[in-house]
Amino acid sequence: MSSEQAVPTEESGDAEGTPDPVSTGAASVVRALENAGVEYLFGVQGGAIMPVYDALYDSEMRHITMAHEQGAVHAADAYGIVSGDPGICMATSGPGATNLVTGIADADMDSDPVLALTGQVPTDFVGSDAFQETDTTGVTRPITKENYFASDADTVGDVVGEAFAMAKRGRQGPTLVDLPKDVTNAETDREPGPARTPDTYRPAETADEATVTAAAEAFAAAERPVILAGGGVIKAEASAAVREFAIDHEVPVVTTMPGIGAFPEDHDLSLKWAGMHGTGYANMALTMSDCILAVGTRFDDRLTGGVETFAPDAEILHVDIDPAEISKNVEADYGLVGDARAVVGQFADAVVGSPDTDAWCEQCAEWKREYPLDYHIDEDAPVKPQFVVEAVDAATGDDTVVTTGVGQHQMWACQYWTYTEPRTWVSSHGLGAMGYGVPAAIGARYAADDDQSVVCFDGDGSFLMTCQELTVAAREELDITVFVLNNEFIGMVRQWQDGFFEGRRMASEYDWMPEFDTLAEAFGAKGFRIDTYDDVEDTIEAALAYEGPSVVDVHIDPEEDVFPMVPSGGDNGLFALRGDHL
Amino acid sequence: MSSQDDPPENGLLGADPDDRPRPRGRRNSQGIRIDPEVEAERSPRRTTITALVQNEPGVLSKVSGLFSRRQYNIESLTVGTTQETEWSRITVVVEEPDPNIDQIEKQLDKLVPVIHTRELDENAVARELVLVKLDAEDPAKVHAITEMYDGRTLDAGPRTVTVELTGSERKIDDALDALRQFGVREIARTGQTALARGETKTSTVPDDLKP
Ligand SMILES: Cc1ncc(C[n+]2csc(CCOP(=O)(O)OP(=O)(O)O)c2C)c(N)n1
Repeated sequence: MSSEQAVPTEESGDAEGTPDPVSTGAASVVRALENAGVEYLFGVQGGAIMPVYDALYDSEMRHITMAHEQGAVHAADAYGIVSGDPGICMATSGPGATNLVTGIADADMDSDPVLALTGQVPTDFVGSDAFQETDTTGVTRPITKENYFASDADTVGDVVGEAFAMAKRGRQGPTLVDLPKDVTNAETDREPGPARTPDTYRPAETADEATVTAAAEAFAAAERPVILAGGGVIKAEASAAVREFAIDHEVPVVTTMPGIGAFPEDHDLSLKWAGMHGTGYANMALTMSDCILAVGTRFDDRLTGGVETFAPDAEILHVDIDPAEISKNVEADYGLVGDARAVVGQFADAVVGSPDTDAWCEQCAEWKREYPLDYHIDEDAPVKPQFVVEAVDAATGDDTVVTTGVGQHQMWACQYWTYTEPRTWVSSHGLGAMGYGVPAAIGARYAADDDQSVVCFDGDGSFLMTCQELTVAAREELDITVFVLNNEFIGMVRQWQDGFFEGRRMASEYDWMPEFDTLAEAFGAKGFRIDTYDDVEDTIEAALAYEGPSVVDVHIDPEEDVFPMVPSGGDNGLFALRGDHL
Repeated sequence: MSSQDDPPENGLLGADPDDRPRPRGRRNSQGIRIDPEVEAERSPRRTTITALVQNEPGVLSKVSGLFSRRQYNIESLTVGTTQETEWSRITVVVEEPDPNIDQIEKQLDKLVPVIHTRELDENAVARELVLVKLDAEDPAKVHAITEMYDGRTLDAGPRTVTVELTGSERKIDDALDALRQFGVREIARTGQTALARGETKTSTVPDDLKP
């Protein structure tokens, strides 16, 4: 409590709701998090982080003990995606910290707001290869937006506050504070100040007006304009602005995979998403476009395919909060640096008239008819995964949050589900980390509203990597439903082996999988199983109705492949629709 | 759901890749829209980038990590303190095509301790220091050539002479070429450091960041 806020009286320390004054570095860390409005922390205890945990004992914030630190960071990441506020994860030094690495790298690639707090050996031991010592700031430097080694109990709270603010402001991303045990144990009575970013960090709010005007002119003159909405649209809360602009000017909208939910996929102007397994019509539209208004995307190679063939006729109007993204992978004709919501507003004001898009929209509609997402059903054959995704979508509300692992199931979950709301699609994009799905569902559950459902589509391989987190879901009685699309393969690898390695299925056959429904029961969750089309509807209904964590072991057609497909580095317009196109 | 035209058992319906409309244009491998006839890539050029940074642990490792993970070709990188004890100046000489030079500047600027980054023009004042240890068979001749390049002899023994040279990269290269005849035993170069010429500011600092 700052001195301006209240005149301290003798009783003030005991009054209801008034926290005890800070007495240690650890208490200061906890206070900084409380000041920042943190509600949940995901982590695992351990020697070097114990002082911080001890300080949490007296806090109102809820600590969720996870089974593995990777679970903690993925849960924090998903919490960040769904809530918009940084998710917090904690780990001890050494192995605790290294177990966070995958999740930190994942958050870094997807610009997700995450704050990681790691214990460290006492300062005097640093550099001596002490028990459980790892150079955590060194290891995580290339995969954090910013990281800190806290060296002083008096300032540690401010450092944590700064790390929190840095995770959220500008281009979001993971930050880390390494907390040596002597620093957290040390006495201090310094209350941390409010969370703020350093003075040298000044992301632009609005874009340069002259560039906006020039870009708006180029846009108004376009014949085949497309809006490409990336994850940054959702992060910047710019979805509504993009919707309004697209509808006002009748411009077709393509999203990137992280941008799914930025624009309602049931809208006529939606072409769903583009890239390696994006829709044929989205890839056609981007390829043939003469003007792309790209907002909050980093032109990842999974989106562009080979840059030589990416939208070669298109002028690119690139809106991004991070100047380093402009012309990084694909040259931007107009670089509009600033907050996506503000810049889309500026741009909307600057556009005079609308491009005439009638013919172009008709062309896009024709591509939708020509390249529909579809699949073959044979009632006597194994269940098609696409059918299951559609059935779960039909059985749940529009605001349902979907998380996934990584593989074919992830692609089906974004192809065959119709997303209409931002912050309902939670996946590992840039890093493609198997094992993301279950812990992400846990983190998403804490961030979502109570009446929002949380479902996870996982693969048998991905599920096996982090399924121990089901214990957490069971302990906390979290209402999540995991659909394991079980093909007894690490299917995406099997598909590539079939396509590019002459079907030599080295190490991709997973015919040694456990019974996932039984496994779920052992963890304290409810287990279900689907073998035939007849089981689908009732089992989905029962699993969704179960209040608590449930796992549906869905035995799907093991030979099903994901199409369309743009081979790595290929030409988006030449997407394959069948194996013989590869 | 299945349509009337049932899709194949594994895959989708739709036109073959060869039957689809094709765009006319092309980009180069740097993602730049180009004339398909020419298809030129931007070729590398040598340039100097300067960055004013706050002195804090890890700055240099952040900067060098930035270069190494992107496989940029660094010719030299120097660091030293400035008029303010809180600040250091980093000077980087790189040989890269334009898109990469642009990226280097932006990535540097992105680092939180970096206050200001820019590329210096050719007119900048740039100097490098080199120490050369040579065989001392003909000390007089070594001395003469060293003097010719305004260098100094720092150490002369019965078998070796060590000289110091400062100057532009070009001058140092020339001096080293001239000295090679004496048998070079070892060379240590500092890499280039530089400031903008005359009244031009090398780095601009927002008022509130001034110490
Ligand atoms: C941690 C990790 N290891 C390996 C990979 C490589 N990989 C990408 S997709 C995939 C297969 C995933 O298999 P599964 O989870 O069963 O999903 P499916 O493709 O069968 O739906 C693998 C191994 C990865 N993405 N992440």
